[in-house]
Amino acid sequence: MTAVVAEHDDHHDHHDHGPEKGILRWIITTNHKDIGTMYLVFALIMFFVGGTMALIIRSELFEPGLQFVDPQFFNSMTTMHALVMVFGAVMPAFVGLANWMIPMMIGAPDMALPRMNNMSFWMLVAGVLLLAATLFMEGGAPAGGWTLYPPLVLQTGKALPFAIFSVHMLGISSIMGAINVIATIFNMRAPGMTLMKMPLFVWTWLITAFLLIAIMPVFAGAVTMLLTDRFFDTSFFNAAGGGDPVLYQHIFWFFGHPEVYVMILPTFGVASTIIPVFARKPLFGYASMVYATAAIAFLSFIVWAHHMFTVGLPIAGELYFMYATMLIAIPTGVKVFNWTATMWKGEMTFETPMLFSIAFVVLFTMGGFTGLMMSVAPADFQYHDTYFIVAHFHYTLVPASVFILMASGYYWLPKWTGNMYDERIGRLHFWLSAISVNILFFPQHFLGLAGMPRRIPDYAIQFADWNMVSSIGAFIYGFSQLLFVYIVIDTIRGGTGKATAEVWEDASKHGLEWTVPSPAPYHTFTTPPEIIPTEHV
Amino acid sequence: MSQDLERKNSKIVTKLVLVVLVMFGFGYALVPLYDVLCDITGQNIKLQAAADSETEFTVDESREITVEFITAINEKTPMEFRAETRTMKVHPGKYYTVNFYAKNITNNPIKAQAIPSISPGLAEEFFKKIQCFCFETQTFQAKEEKKMPVRFAVNPKLPERYKIITLSYTFFDRTNITEN
Ligand code: HEM
Ligand SMILES: [Cu+2]
Repeated sequence: MTAVVAEHDDHHDHHDHGPEKGILRWIITTNHKDIGTMYLVFALIMFFVGGTMALIIRSELFEPGLQFVDPQFFNSMTTMHALVMVFGAVMPAFVGLANWMIPMMIGAPDMALPRMNNMSFWMLVAGVLLLAATLFMEGGAPAGGWTLYPPLVLQTGKALPFAIFSVHMLGISSIMGAINVIATIFNMRAPGMTLMKMPLFVWTWLITAFLLIAIMPVFAGAVTMLLTDRFFDTSFFNAAGGGDPVLYQHIFWFFGHPEVYVMILPTFGVASTIIPVFARKPLFGYASMVYATAAIAFLSFIVWAHHMFTVGLPIAGELYFMYATMLIAIPTGVKVFNWTATMWKGEMTFETPMLFSIAFVVLFTMGGFTGLMMSVAPADFQYHDTYFIVAHFHYTLVPASVFILMASGYYWLPKWTGNMYDERIGRLHFWLSAISVNILFFPQHFLGLAGMPRRIPDYAIQFADWNMVSSIGAFIYGFSQLLFVYIVIDTIRGGTGKATAEVWEDASKHGLEWTVPSPAPYHTFTTPPEIIPTEHV
Repeated sequence: MSQDLERKNSKIVTKLVLVVLVMFGFGYALVPLYDVLCDITGQNIKLQAAADSETEFTVDESREITVEFITAINEKTPMEFRAETRTMKVHPGKYYTVNFYAKNITNNPIKAQAIPSISPGLAEEFFKKIQCFCFETQTFQAKEEKKMPVRFAVNPKLPERYKIITLSYTFFDRTNITEN
């Protein structure tokens, strides 16, 4: 008995000292705030790496003809751009937010498994570096598209096994992160923080974590089959040995469709956190938001073949996947309705986080609508593998997930750094982004409907005008993101002055993170806070 | 961290790791599951291992179906491969023979397997092959050229709406693949 108490005290001592000094602090840290910061910084760097690849693509497509890069490298760029953005930027950014915010939102001192937390971050870095290394290997980086379809991907040069191992590492890293999130939410909530009192960001991350645990192993299995097909004479996808490449597509999309929701559900969570604060109203329909998120997550497992309408599914399959996909629009519609209703008659102010959030609601809805168009199986034969689908998923990812990540940056930066960012430059960043993102992606709808295929380095003359417009949008969008980097650095250095603990008017009614000082101390909630009833209940 | 919390954490981690392992297995379970589903829906009849038995049909002289032949070689297979004719008009129920020619263009022996595919997929079950080079792996000596007949009939039960059936073969190199 005494031993137990002594050990308990030991741990308390440990909790009380601050960060290590120097570089070692970042390598061995198990502090959720340090790890969150590292994830966020890493994601931001990868956002620019992936963005550079996108600008290479858009430069090549500025005019018809081949001008800057050879087609093989062009295809590597489309493949690597997607992999870097998905696995290096968007997912890690949300894991970073989860690390920073979930413990503070539920009144916990740290994540449940701090050492595993450190390991999953460094595993991510190793995985992404390995992926980047494939660019310099004989035969070039994978160039068959981020979906890694066989038989094409099996023609990759020396890079194939490295790309596959990198996927394994990224998968293990996300699985560890997801296990950590679930353990934290289930075991570390402050007394009184019942599940239905949790902020929506926590809820959406809980559901996302379950998605990750269910799908990442399936993806790991699929790429392992690719590996054995190429090196150990198995024939999972090799027709000569009785396999079938279409099988890969089924396995991949069983992972792939929920994967796109991994990137959007936490987005929904942040939007549901920010909008009420700046509308000065409680979130409309808290419970329905929770149920809608769960419904979307469930449906995401049973709609995968909407990516495969053209492979020759039996007619019953086409119909089933068509109707099942359409169903997703219902819980999604509930969410859009709730955000709109939250703003309805609110005393809205338009600080940068709110601007990005409103743009998210509008532009994500457009992405949802094109999704609905493509869910109509016979119509999808026209849209499939054209720029129309490129426009669709970029509307759901850039002005949705990425905008909300920017909103999160502006919203929590004062809490993280203790300083206010420059609102004027923030708004400039917003307006440049919001306008250019539409110049960039809206014309791609027209290109797709007119028949321009995706993943091609050259195109017929009739597509020239809109491609040029799109490329111009891309450069404006890409370069205006540098403003964000400037703002982050400027804010860390002092910004426009000290932030208060609450930062935003009445924010402390909306979340526990606003009850601790700014900047948030190295250790928060070492003794559980008292949970005041929040406004959404 | 209290011992109680540590116990709760390791319990949940154990459970979740189990889910991860099960889902990894599930990915592999999709492989046989896919074959079963293809069987049930009559889709994608993959390697037809043996010839159909030669059944007598009543020949339907009133109807004519166009059968098209497509030949292809998988990217790295060092062969030439063609059919003696691109299209044939056939009467349902009657047996026909069409010759295919394949040649090894290297100076070494190779093994190759032809994989058939029939389009439209739903017509597949009405297309009967009683002789085909695709039933087994073929060995070609250096520079050897083979003439390979395919004997087939279209079942007269083929629904009226099908006017054209396309039969396509792709040769895959199996020289370096160990048979099991
Ligand atoms: C209302 C909800 C949605 C519906 C009905 C929908 C429907 C579809 C359909 C039918 C396709 C396949 C198109 C084709 O290949 O021809 C597709 C592709 C895609 N969707 Fe969605 N979608 C929805 C929301 C989302 C969201 C929220 C995201 C991501 C955050 C997303 C990301 C993607 C991606 C990445 C692809 C393309 C994958 C690829 O082939 O590379 N979608 N969507
Ligand atoms: Cu999907």
